[in-house]
Amino acid sequence: MKNPLDSILGTIIAGLVLTVVLYFFTANFLMKAVG
Amino acid sequence: MELIIDRWLHVLAGITWIGLLYYFNFVQAVAMPKAKADNTAGAITKHIAPLALRWFRFAALVTWLTGAYYLERSGIGLVNAFLLKGSAAPIGIGAWLGTIMFLNVWGLIWPNQKKVLGIVPADDAAKAKAGRIAFLASRTNTMLSLPMLFFMITSTSAHGLPVLFR
Repeated sequence: MKNPLDSILGTIIAGLVLTVVLYFFTANFLMKAVG
Repeated sequence: MELIIDRWLHVLAGITWIGLLYYFNFVQAVAMPKAKADNTAGAITKHIAPLALRWFRFAALVTWLTGAYYLERSGIGLVNAFLLKGSAAPIGIGAWLGTIMFLNVWGLIWPNQKKVLGIVPADDAAKAKAGRIAFLASRTNTMLSLPMLFFMITSTSAHGLPVLFR
């Protein structure tokens, strides 16, 4: 499998996916207790 | 006033750092194979890349220091942010990403680029390996810059909890 970081588009898509994953992780797990 | 100046410096240094990161990834890395093909890469490796790397790594240092200072002095708390505690969690995610990027700059990109640019001696095999490591560390930072900037801007809180997480 090709490393997505070898292309600029792959790098940007990986960054966007990571942003979405971290957002939902933060909103649903870390911030739930804060209310 | 002290925190406004600190935050201003943080943004200025951050623009310098990430601007140069994008220059390396979107411009220099793409142009370099073409420059090597027509024997014009020498000016880039001798004059442009070392100067750009100097601004790059010291901008990273100033960005991290001013960010850490802001977290500590603004009432958020450096430890609270890094432990992702309560409402400090979103900026804590941004701080973690920024810290990983900062360590990438000083621990992986710079030592390997020194070999690539001939600042420290290395044979061709070592240069090729160093180039690959520096390239992947730089691309990792470009990838991480997207969520890092997202968490920096969404964590701006004028009304208690960051807007997106209320």
